[in-house]
Amino acid sequence: MSILSIEDVSLSFGGLEVLSDVSFSVEPGEIFAIIGPNGAGKTSILNVISGFYRPTKGSVAFNNKNMDRLSADKRAALGLGRTFQNIALYHGMSVLDNIKLGAHSLLNTGLFSALFYWGAAHKEEIRLRKEIEEEVIDFLEIESIRKKPVGSLAYGLQKRVELARALAMRPKILLMDEPVAGMNAEETEDMARFILDIKEEHNTTIVLIEHDMKMIMDISDRVLVLNFGHTLACGTPLEVQKHPRVIEAYLGQKKG
Amino acid sequence: MHIGDYRVTYASDEAVFVNATSRFWLGILFIFLLTFPFLAGDYLLFMANVTGITIIGAVGLNILTGFAGQISLGHAAFIGVGGYTAAIFSSRFDIPFLLCLLLSGIMAALFGIIVGGPSLRLKGLYLGIATLAAQLILEFVFVHWESVTGGIRGINLPTPKVFGIALDNDFKFYFVILTLVILCVTAARNLFRTRVGRAFIAIRDRDISAELMGINLLQYKTYAFAISSFMAGVAGCLYVNFLKTVTPEYFPLLESVRYLAMIIVGGLGSILGAIFGAIFMTFVPEMIKSLLGLLGAIFPTAMSFLFPFQQVIFGLLIVGFLVFEPHGLAEIWYRIKNYFRLWPFEH
Amino acid sequence: MDIFLQLIVSGFLVGGIYALIALGFVLIYKATNIINFATGEFMMIGAYIFYSLSVYLKLSPFIGIPLVIVAAALLGALVERLILRHMLGQPNISIIMVTIGLSSILLGIAEIIWGSSFRSFPALFPRKAIIIGEIVLRSNLFYGFVTAMVVVVVFLLVFKYAKVGVAMRATANDQIAAFSMGINVKSMFTISWAFGAIAASLGGIIIGNIGGVQPTLGHIGLKIFPIVILGGLDSIMGAVIGGLLVGILENLAGGYLDPYFHGGVKDLAPFVVLIIILLIKPYGLFGTKEIERL
Repeated sequence: MSILSIEDVSLSFGGLEVLSDVSFSVEPGEIFAIIGPNGAGKTSILNVISGFYRPTKGSVAFNNKNMDRLSADKRAALGLGRTFQNIALYHGMSVLDNIKLGAHSLLNTGLFSALFYWGAAHKEEIRLRKEIEEEVIDFLEIESIRKKPVGSLAYGLQKRVELARALAMRPKILLMDEPVAGMNAEETEDMARFILDIKEEHNTTIVLIEHDMKMIMDISDRVLVLNFGHTLACGTPLEVQKHPRVIEAYLGQKKG
Repeated sequence: MHIGDYRVTYASDEAVFVNATSRFWLGILFIFLLTFPFLAGDYLLFMANVTGITIIGAVGLNILTGFAGQISLGHAAFIGVGGYTAAIFSSRFDIPFLLCLLLSGIMAALFGIIVGGPSLRLKGLYLGIATLAAQLILEFVFVHWESVTGGIRGINLPTPKVFGIALDNDFKFYFVILTLVILCVTAARNLFRTRVGRAFIAIRDRDISAELMGINLLQYKTYAFAISSFMAGVAGCLYVNFLKTVTPEYFPLLESVRYLAMIIVGGLGSILGAIFGAIFMTFVPEMIKSLLGLLGAIFPTAMSFLFPFQQVIFGLLIVGFLVFEPHGLAEIWYRIKNYFRLWPFEH
Repeated sequence: MDIFLQLIVSGFLVGGIYALIALGFVLIYKATNIINFATGEFMMIGAYIFYSLSVYLKLSPFIGIPLVIVAAALLGALVERLILRHMLGQPNISIIMVTIGLSSILLGIAEIIWGSSFRSFPALFPRKAIIIGEIVLRSNLFYGFVTAMVVVVVFLLVFKYAKVGVAMRATANDQIAAFSMGINVKSMFTISWAFGAIAASLGGIIIGNIGGVQPTLGHIGLKIFPIVILGGLDSIMGAVIGGLLVGILENLAGGYLDPYFHGGVKDLAPFVVLIIILLIKPYGLFGTKEIERL
């Protein structure tokens, strides 16, 4: 049974068709990569899954449950974690608060208990802190920066904090938009290791967009290739690599 | 001497007062605030009361504008809703003061929700313009719904009573105001220890990604408007009870602008900033007044320039802080504090 | 019926003058994305300078008006250079507040220089009322309207054909592209502030000529907001249409409703309409919703 299935999704802005009839499904516990040239509609498909864009046509189901009517925040609460292409951390908060924010949907504190901060609200914050320290901060090795404002961090670390925030959501599916874009070889390797660990330790399903082909071929179980909003191919990394239409799109058509 | 700050449990790191030093200084401050009315003269006591009420209003506005990023040019009108609610309930229906305080807050919060409700769809400057319109419409209602608001002559209030004690002088009022200031400031601080406050900041910094992190934007923007205007309503109730009268002149657009100026001068997105800003913007006009009074000895006409001088200085303060010290007085305070924290062994 | 027509026509004329003031706002917003709350004060200062030139220095309007244009351009450029240039990239609230602070400074300065009392202008136009059928129009209003429309058309032509206008439009469209085409984007900001101040102060002279001038004249600047919500924040034609609509709307509301409320409806009505429009269309009547990206 698929954990996530996208059926015949089309999306257009004004007259511009960004996605046309894209369908695929993601199995529980796999690393599913979406690749394609710039403007292929990769981020758009993540935004459709997250509920940020409403598709013009088609539907998205999570655990066989249709999500089309759910707003983005409700989908997040169901277990859709997300990281962004252009880091979307909150610069007014420390690293720790950014990560805590990820756990928003898992907490119960309401407006009134927040204002009084007695009993339950206080206990919840202390429990949250402990969980985050043990499961996220430890895991991603960011103990030393937890009190820093996020704006002061290097790019690679910001990407890592963003992953930490997404992990604090305890996602069932983690949607990652270019997790290693702009990173050097060492940082890329670290990130690849984290992604594999997340998959293995928490059995989290991962959907990621990436341009780094080496990493994609190394870590992903299946790959979807998009071009101008159309599906070119979908299969294991090896199958995709050999697919004639993919070769054509990436390397150009042989003249002859 | 304080040489370092070590915490060994997560609970102590999440505690309300993080270390002994801050507890000590808060204690000193508290003792000062309690003894202040016994030492201060009439004028200072009056000013302290006005400042306290203003702090409540400014903290409310900073939650909405400074923390949650929702611009409001209608804060004075919400204070006005609280003021009129208090005046009408106490003068017509003999509702006791403490209940009025609650009702004023609730009524203002309701208006805040009505105005803020559409804010999910309105962004930045459009929201600013909508709250400007709300301010002008409420001002019109204060002036023109004479059967309820008493028109431009307003309403006189009876002397409020708390637990049977009549608040018939500034000294007694001081303690009521101080209690409420402490309650509001504490509540505001608490808010930002929890997910509610974090959600506000997330909405301010990047509202789109906040939604993808599981934050219901409508719900939290409504919360921000509700808390902010509740505090405005409480401030309004205190203000009109303190002055024993309410007229539309107390709540013009300029007053909304003055509150915005306070949180900018004090520091956007800082509770301490709201307090500093309220104190600063209450005392600066008074200082200009006494300065011109002194100048009056040399230039007899100096006093006639009071209003325009205050206007110019007010504008210069807003522009000056935004250009040179955008994080306001709170930032200056932290810099000074950090300098002295490990003094004289900062290295 | 003739009251209705009278209200519509005079509202239309006032609206044309509002359009010129709103143009002073739109020119700045279009190029710099800055909401200028001090537009009304630019207008008031322009009116005062003109007043001083013609009353104290006894200059003819043909010298006075060009001098006001120069002074307004300097004021606008100075404000941009000294203040707004430091605000690039700051949040909306800070930029709005900086212009509010500016309006307070200008208001205070005007009152220190010219005092708070009301001053009326020497006559600029023929005093004879204009009569069209049964409609009687005050000559100041009529000629003021004509002048305002001429100025608006001149601005439109400059924008469409003059080199500086084309560069301003390019900057408004896409700052980075304009920059890469060799346009000095920063000086375009300065120029649009100068143009905005010129439009506003010319509007100020016309308004001052109709009803006299005092420091609080700038409050008329608040009317810009319903105008631009009706007409679109960044469209010159929108400012004209919005201005005319608001002029008619407030005149009708004032004429028919003020007697029931003891006044005040005239100034309020545009804001009530503004709220209703924003509830239905959150980006204004002609505003475009931006596609948001992540």
